[in-house]
Amino acid sequence: MSVSTPTMNGEAPVFYVADEHDHPPGQSTLFGFWLYLMSDCLIFAMLFATFGVLGTSYAAGPGPKDLFDLKLVALNTTMLLLSSITYGFAMLEMMKGKVGSTQMWLAITGLFGAAFLSIELYEFHHMIHEGAGPWRSAFLSSFFTLVGTHGLHVTFGTIWLVTLMVQVAKFGLIEANQRRLMCLSMFWHFLDVVWIGVFTFVYLMGVLR
Amino acid sequence: MSDATGLTNTGLAKLIFGRLTLESLPLHEPILVGTFAMVALGGIALVAVITYFKLWTYLWKEWFTSVDHKKIGIMYMVLGLVMFLRGFADAAMMRAQQAMAFNGSDGFLPAHHYDQIFTAHGVIMIFFVAMPFVTGLMNYIVPLQIGARDVSFPFLNNFSFWMTTGGAILVMISLFVGEFARTGWLAYPPLSNLGYSPDAGVDYYIWALQVAGVGTTLSGINLIATIVKMRCPGMTMMRMPIFTWTALCTNTLIVASFPILTACLVLLSLDRYVGTNFFTNDLGGNPMMYVNLIWIWGHPEVYILVLPVFGVFSEVTSTFSGKKLFGYTSMVYATIVITILSYLVWLHHFFTMGSGASVNSFFGITTMIISIPTGAKIFNWLFTMYRGRIRFELPMMWTVAFMLTFVIGGMTGVMLAVPPADFVLHNSLFLIAHFHNVIIGGVVFGVFAAINFWFPKAFGFKLNRFWGLVSFWCWVVGFWLAFTPLYILGFMGVTRRLRVFDDPSLQIWFVIAACGALLIAAGIGALLLQIAVSVWKRNDLRDTTGDPWNGRTLEWATSSPPPDYNFAFTPVVHDNDAWHDMKARGYARPLQGFKPIHMPKNTGAGIILSAFATAMGFALIWYMWLLAAVCFVALIAGAIYHTFNYKRDFHIPADEVISTEAARTKLLSAQAAS
Repeated sequence: MSVSTPTMNGEAPVFYVADEHDHPPGQSTLFGFWLYLMSDCLIFAMLFATFGVLGTSYAAGPGPKDLFDLKLVALNTTMLLLSSITYGFAMLEMMKGKVGSTQMWLAITGLFGAAFLSIELYEFHHMIHEGAGPWRSAFLSSFFTLVGTHGLHVTFGTIWLVTLMVQVAKFGLIEANQRRLMCLSMFWHFLDVVWIGVFTFVYLMGVLR
Repeated sequence: MSDATGLTNTGLAKLIFGRLTLESLPLHEPILVGTFAMVALGGIALVAVITYFKLWTYLWKEWFTSVDHKKIGIMYMVLGLVMFLRGFADAAMMRAQQAMAFNGSDGFLPAHHYDQIFTAHGVIMIFFVAMPFVTGLMNYIVPLQIGARDVSFPFLNNFSFWMTTGGAILVMISLFVGEFARTGWLAYPPLSNLGYSPDAGVDYYIWALQVAGVGTTLSGINLIATIVKMRCPGMTMMRMPIFTWTALCTNTLIVASFPILTACLVLLSLDRYVGTNFFTNDLGGNPMMYVNLIWIWGHPEVYILVLPVFGVFSEVTSTFSGKKLFGYTSMVYATIVITILSYLVWLHHFFTMGSGASVNSFFGITTMIISIPTGAKIFNWLFTMYRGRIRFELPMMWTVAFMLTFVIGGMTGVMLAVPPADFVLHNSLFLIAHFHNVIIGGVVFGVFAAINFWFPKAFGFKLNRFWGLVSFWCWVVGFWLAFTPLYILGFMGVTRRLRVFDDPSLQIWFVIAACGALLIAAGIGALLLQIAVSVWKRNDLRDTTGDPWNGRTLEWATSSPPPDYNFAFTPVVHDNDAWHDMKARGYARPLQGFKPIHMPKNTGAGIILSAFATAMGFALIWYMWLLAAVCFVALIAGAIYHTFNYKRDFHIPADEVISTEAARTKLLSAQAAS
């Protein structure tokens, strides 16, 4: 139990803030966005768990060894990891207040993201073409859903990135835009972390199996 | 298949109308046609009244686009109340059907209709009655209790509300266009798979919950951020009112469980739309995984509903006993322990799955452990009442009824937690009686306590006591009359969701239960009358003090109803029960020095984006791919467009604050003089 704050010399305590200043908007944004990321993390956790349960249910169809091309996946992983580094550079330039180089690094990040998505789409197309679509077995259902959900996130991240580039071009690195870039930064790195899980548990351990 | 356009079934018509045809309208069902006629007439009358009194602009500007947490809270309560009437109509039909369908009678409901009714009843009562009620309460009360002017993300708050409403609208549409799921409220596969439920029912279920679920998750994030970041100076975590504490735990549960529901329903929709094999019986799928996943959301959901009303009962008990809450700290820790444990018990919903003695024992024991912190809460309330000067106002009566009712429900819960007993009672009417015992006795009674308690705060006048008492007694007696027979029938081995019965000796119990439902109907009628009479006689019931119950927490420090900005000056807190402390130590209301107040601006973006989301849900239900794509693009484009609006705040000028506060000063001094 807390105790009442004692008052000096028996004076009446202060019960309200008389001299209040405006609170700038967006004070809780980063915290709120972090909460959102954790809820998103749970969606991925569930998809990982689903893959954990169904990942060996091949239904007499192809397994990871038949389907995964680790070289391609390594290339893909490189694209995503590089995009995280370049996003970091963009944030450093943002801190310095340099609009031009921030935009440049954001553009490079977007290109890496697009390259990642293209390679992933190629991989999906290739697998479906070989008759290993998501409807073939529970293993493939959970594979396509987990990896596809991650890809969908990267797609939305890329759309968001383009939107922010337009907004930075239009309004400059104002406080609101810095906050938005910070949120996207968390989102982008979060997707990287998730991908490391996908790369390890789905691809590497899949091929080991 | 005929075509809705009257054209031949061309590819274009299919692209536009999907599988929606004239035959999807249930014109051959007299009950539905009658309901539709009544709803349509009521709707037309409502629209006519609003248009006649030229209220559309007022509604749009002051309510629909409002980002004020108080107005959004009230809109949630209205949504909950409207859907409550629908959900209760379903319940009444089930009670009537089961009371009639004996001795060769088929009752009045055909099987495919009856199955939709019990599914819709569960879905509506949980998602569109109980959830809006508790979310509405938290929305209204939490910012006031922590001395804040709004929530952290006011626009998101408005958007969340409209997404919840969008989900409710989809469920209501299913009544008249197509059909609802016939699967039970959790839509277990393989029954909910395309092979066994090929029509639009399960798709209505999926998309209604998905649209509403987005709103619920976002409002959870919003309220956590609000409670963590926006408390007024001096309000440390252990000085927060208990209702705020329970709201924090509830919203943590929401953020930590609704994503699982979302993902689980995505997998089910992939099975139905894409042909994946998550929950199928062949090609490696596993239906029991769905049951596990949905209950990992479903059990925390139970606590999402009940924790906030535990908070309500704490505030009510303490206020009407005229004492501070007994064992505040233990109450906080009990709440946190329940929050954590609620994730460790999900398997008790399907002990009969056959996961073995060890797994069942683990979940049986964790389930029984939850009764310990819950029991601690009951004792805290009892000790708060002990030697208090108890005022038996309506909120306190609901609280006492809750304690007596809920304890029985808790005990039958512990019985069900014993795996061998559960093997006998699983899916029986005993289970139905148990969870209605805790949900009605807990959540519904709690919501009624809260409505009676905070109504004067929200509207500036108290609720009529006489009709409140009528409602109270009808509800409490009606509840026991309706559900005691179900306990008994459950012991006799009657399973849930049955439409007709062979054994005539059971009929008397169902007739008694139907009488109970009739009494509850009278209770609901009395509740509506109570509100109507109170509005009619509002001048006699007026609360000019802002503190009609001699309250203890900050929401009673401001006027009833509170001004848009809640508090002219942000309060500073020195103790638990901050308002009680302020009154005890000679707090004087500030009369000058008012400044402009910084507030968020209203926006129509929330309702427009939700409309797109709801339309997209409808399109996906009926395979209208063109409309779905258009809505999806509109949703994304609309969201991006909204982010280009940087001017989202404004200042309430100091003059306006001065005149609002001066009006209150006048009211208070008139009160003091009389």
